[in-house]
Amino acid sequence: MAAVYPLIFAALLFSVGVYGLLSRRHAVLVLMSIELMLAAVTVNLVTFWAIAGDALLTGQVFALFVMAIGAAEIGVGLAIIMLIYRNRASVNIDDADLMKY
Amino acid sequence: MSSVAWLIPALPAASAVVIVALGRKMPVGGAEIGILSLATAFVLSLVLAVEVFGANVAATTSGVGEAFLHTARVELAPIGAGDSLFAGIRIDGLTVMMFLLVTFVSLMVHVYSLGYLHGDERFTWYYAVLSFFSAAMLLLVVSDNLMLLLVGWELVGVSSFLLIGFWWELKANSDAAIKAFLTTKLGDVGLVVGVVALWGQFGTFDIAAITAMVGDGVQAGGAPLDTGLLSFALIAFVLGVVGKSAQFPLHTWLPDAMAGPTPVSALIHAATMVTAGVFLVARLYPLYSAAPAAQATLAVIGAITLLMAGLLALVQEDIKKVLAYSTVSQLGYMVAALAFSYTAGIFHLFTHGFFKALLFLGAGSIIHAAHSNNLRDMGGLAKVMPTTFATFLVGTLALMAVPPLAGFWSKDEILVEAAAAGGYTGSLVLVVGALGGALTVLYMTRVLYLTFAGSFRGEGHPHESPRSMTGPLVALAVPAALIGLVNLPVEAFQPYAFSAWTMFSLEYWQTHPIAFEPAIAAVAVGLALAGFLAGWALYRALPLGDDDPARRLGPVSTVLAEKYYLDRLWTDLVTRTIVRDTAAPAAVTLNDEVIDRAVAGAGRATVATGRRVYDDVDQRGIDGVLHGLATSTWWSGARLRLSQSGNVQLYAGAMLTGVVVLAIVFAVGEVS
Amino acid sequence: MSWEQSAITITVALPLVGAAAVALVPRRNEDYAKVLALLVSIGGFALSLAILVGYDWSERGLQYVASVPWIEPAGISYTVAIDGISLPLFVLSYLLTFLCAVYSFHHIEEPGRPKAFLSLMLLLQAGMAGTFIAFDLILFFVFWELVLVPMYFMIGIWGGPNRQYAAIKFFLYTLFGSVFMLVAFLAVYFAAPERTFDLVALQQYGAAGEFAIGFQRLAFLGMFLGLAIKVPMWPFHTWLPDAHTEAPTVGSVLLAGILLKMGTYGFVRIALPVLPDAAVEYAPLIAVLAVIAIIYGALACLAQSDLKRLIAFSSVGHMGFVMLGIATLTPLGINAAIFGMVAHGIITGMLFFLAGTIKERYHTREIAALGGGMLKTTPRLGAVLGLVAIASLGLPGLAGFWGEILALLAAFNPAPELVAAGWLTLYRVLVVFGAVGTVLTAGYFLWMMQRVLMGEPPERWVAAPPEDVSPIEWGAWAPLLVLTVALGPLPFLVTAITDADVTSIMSAFGA
Repeated sequence: MAAVYPLIFAALLFSVGVYGLLSRRHAVLVLMSIELMLAAVTVNLVTFWAIAGDALLTGQVFALFVMAIGAAEIGVGLAIIMLIYRNRASVNIDDADLMKY
Repeated sequence: MSSVAWLIPALPAASAVVIVALGRKMPVGGAEIGILSLATAFVLSLVLAVEVFGANVAATTSGVGEAFLHTARVELAPIGAGDSLFAGIRIDGLTVMMFLLVTFVSLMVHVYSLGYLHGDERFTWYYAVLSFFSAAMLLLVVSDNLMLLLVGWELVGVSSFLLIGFWWELKANSDAAIKAFLTTKLGDVGLVVGVVALWGQFGTFDIAAITAMVGDGVQAGGAPLDTGLLSFALIAFVLGVVGKSAQFPLHTWLPDAMAGPTPVSALIHAATMVTAGVFLVARLYPLYSAAPAAQATLAVIGAITLLMAGLLALVQEDIKKVLAYSTVSQLGYMVAALAFSYTAGIFHLFTHGFFKALLFLGAGSIIHAAHSNNLRDMGGLAKVMPTTFATFLVGTLALMAVPPLAGFWSKDEILVEAAAAGGYTGSLVLVVGALGGALTVLYMTRVLYLTFAGSFRGEGHPHESPRSMTGPLVALAVPAALIGLVNLPVEAFQPYAFSAWTMFSLEYWQTHPIAFEPAIAAVAVGLALAGFLAGWALYRALPLGDDDPARRLGPVSTVLAEKYYLDRLWTDLVTRTIVRDTAAPAAVTLNDEVIDRAVAGAGRATVATGRRVYDDVDQRGIDGVLHGLATSTWWSGARLRLSQSGNVQLYAGAMLTGVVVLAIVFAVGEVS
Repeated sequence: MSWEQSAITITVALPLVGAAAVALVPRRNEDYAKVLALLVSIGGFALSLAILVGYDWSERGLQYVASVPWIEPAGISYTVAIDGISLPLFVLSYLLTFLCAVYSFHHIEEPGRPKAFLSLMLLLQAGMAGTFIAFDLILFFVFWELVLVPMYFMIGIWGGPNRQYAAIKFFLYTLFGSVFMLVAFLAVYFAAPERTFDLVALQQYGAAGEFAIGFQRLAFLGMFLGLAIKVPMWPFHTWLPDAHTEAPTVGSVLLAGILLKMGTYGFVRIALPVLPDAAVEYAPLIAVLAVIAIIYGALACLAQSDLKRLIAFSSVGHMGFVMLGIATLTPLGINAAIFGMVAHGIITGMLFFLAGTIKERYHTREIAALGGGMLKTTPRLGAVLGLVAIASLGLPGLAGFWGEILALLAAFNPAPELVAAGWLTLYRVLVVFGAVGTVLTAGYFLWMMQRVLMGEPPERWVAAPPEDVSPIEWGAWAPLLVLTVALGPLPFLVTAITDADVTSIMSAFGA
């Protein structure tokens, strides 16, 4: 079962992303961690498509979707971070608690 | 004539409206309108009386036909499922008798008030309310159905509120007015419940229809008559009577109501408002005949009232309060009488209306002169106020039931009927009524003595009242003296007498003849004489101020003074010790300390309950629950929002934890 | 579109359009808003009178019917019509708004701003009037909720010192109830043999017994909550004294005069005919709550020191009589209830006008601070207060009497179903308690009259007596005073309008 390798790879990749998401304080690094998680999902999608293999190429299509969304998300996310940096001279996400109760 | 009888209540009603609208611009402040309307109503009543009484006499003399009855009605409003409210008039002997009494006394009071309230700042308003009151009372007596009767009854109540509290600047006066209105209103609960119950039972308010159904022993829908429900309704009415006619134990409002102007007392506490309850029982007499329980209630209440009030009258210092308790006592006679005899009850109502109005107006004249209500501030007025004295004496003698004045015939009739009825209630009323007669004489002797004998003890120089006041006194003295003769208990005269005029059915008249019992009359007169002697002796002997007793007594009393030692036993032991020092104070204590305090206490307790309900139940209880709900929502919100720390990573961690938990749950579910 | 079909729509739309127009009056000419609002309200009143006059009394039943689909997929339609039950309340709502518009020339509470105030008043008018003519449940609900918003702002902006609290309490409480009512409406929609919000159709289903009794119980409970809070029935009444006490005069008048009647009207129009079997089961409970309200309201009144709050609590008792009439499920009882609603609207509306004027003249509503003697300082104002207070305590010959006595009459002989269920004795006992309630009612009004009207006035009022009733106030009050006096001797003014339709709508109860 060759499929187990990409799946393990994806799981590791996702775990790294989760770790980064929860532990990093630098906003850009958090964004990059999210990208890692998205990449892991993409790998999974392609892998499962390769196993199930339907004619509509669902896995491939979704992989493209995820990439597009990831790009958009990075764009918006970085823009927000830039604004926060401009206003507060910090990209530490602990400082960005404007939505606190 | 009976087709325009509705004018009789309508005229004073219209007059009230006109007085309010135009009275201030009239030369006599609107009084002339009121007097004119009442005079017209009185004349109309006389004309009507000739027609109605004539028709009744024709029936009694020939022995055929039926008692005069004319009804006419208009629909007021549909009230669902084919039922309607009606406004209608009912003209019969009883109505016309009340018309005569009310319009005449009201006319006298209207005239008398010209002098009594001369220069009062609310003179016009006074006449408007006086006319309105007369209209309400006339509406009450003329209505052919119970609903309209209830309307008149309540309107009488509210106009009496306005009249008793006429000088509302003083809190005591408005207190008295409120007490009168609320106490009678409490009785009205009985009336309302009774009216509702009779409507529920018979499906109509029409008195004639209900009477007919009771006569046939059926109720609404032709079902057999439920006498239990009927008795319930009639006893509920008795509660209304107890309130309005000031019977025990709701009588306490009437003496307080003396706070109103004296002519008002003459009108509403002698001839009209307080007789409304008696009138109601008389109006429904055929129903009461079918409900012995209700009749027994009447007899007992009447007997208690007449004795108790008679005792209370004995010790009042205020001349109007003596008359007030006397009225309560006499109303007791009427109520008790209606337990046995229709004619006896309304005959006493009729005669009492005249002589008690006379007494109240006389008292007004005395108060006007002496500038005080207190008997201690009077004395020696016989010389300076000859007209007042003479008429007051006539009224007093009539009230004392001295033959052949009005009160004798009517009170004697009550005792005769009570004796004829027999049984517990009959005996009770007979004995108590005879005793009450002696009491009446006793307290009226006292009033006469303290007011007219001796020398003046008050301040200033009393003088005779103006013509506008003495005129009505003289005019009332005539019926007070003579009206009793219209029902002479002589068999040959009876078909032409009062009992024939006012009968509600020929059959009743034929089966309930008016009789005369020499023995009862003799006992009553004897008791009265004893009362008179005792009273004179007693009050002569009492120290009153500093002046010499002999000088106070005058020539008449010298003779009586001789008898004083003979009567000493009677006077000291019976009259003074038992009646004056024991029974009367006991009655006063019971009245002031128990009943009146209970009435006042009930009022205070109600207010306190209201406060308790509002503070504890409403604000703390019901509203507290709401506030509790609101507060707990707010509290949990305040706690829950703390989880919104603003730390994105915390949110993400929570999310992941959730995902993991869900994954485990699904995995476990998959495996098992 | 003929007048027949468009009359109601035009009449209800007029105040809506008027509200918008008033809101557009330029700020610098704010006083024009008063004139415009007066014209609109006169127009509305005239139109409502035209509907009343044009109503075919020989035909009876629903007239001026107009029905167009509104949200077709959900079966919601714009259905309006009017009959004898709606007519008195419909006309009364226009009359009171008209009088409020007149009164606002005299006085608007702080912070003034007549434009906003009158605009809200007209919006309120549209909601009130619409409730009485909607014959589609959702349309009814829309109008019902439409009333909330302007009243919320009226209390919250122009109210007394505690206005925020009162406004929020009023809004949330009523909204809480109406949510349950909406759920019940939806439930009825789904349970009907043919899904519909059409009230006439639902009434026919109700009469034909199409709804199972278990379902009826739940649905009735939902409607009961919504309607009972609005009435308000004991123990859902606590929003009322706060709202009334804090509301501006015009708000109080409309609140007492019309808003409360929406609840009782809802019982008569929707809850009873659509769910007759549940109504029979709930009726004894409603009757008991109603009589509790009568006694309780009177007792609470005895504890009040604020004139306006006293009047507010008196409404609890008066609406108790109305609900007692409804709970008998007889035509007589419903006639009594509608009479009571109209009389209460007139009398209590008038009392709130008076409370507002007294506050404005004497700068206090505390009975103790007023100090008595009003008949001396402002005799006309005092006399009017005396007359209206006596009318409110249910004196015969004035408007307040018939609603009470007819409700008691009806309660003595409730509907045959209730008798069959063994409730006769309960109802007859309630008659006695209701009658006792009238004495308590008389008690607190007389007490109030004694403390406010009678006695010697305090020095400060004698030295500078406040202004007596102004011409504008006479203008605003005269119609109400005339009606107060006229409805006493002429009760057919209401019952002749309502009787036939009440008898037919109550035929479901075999009476």
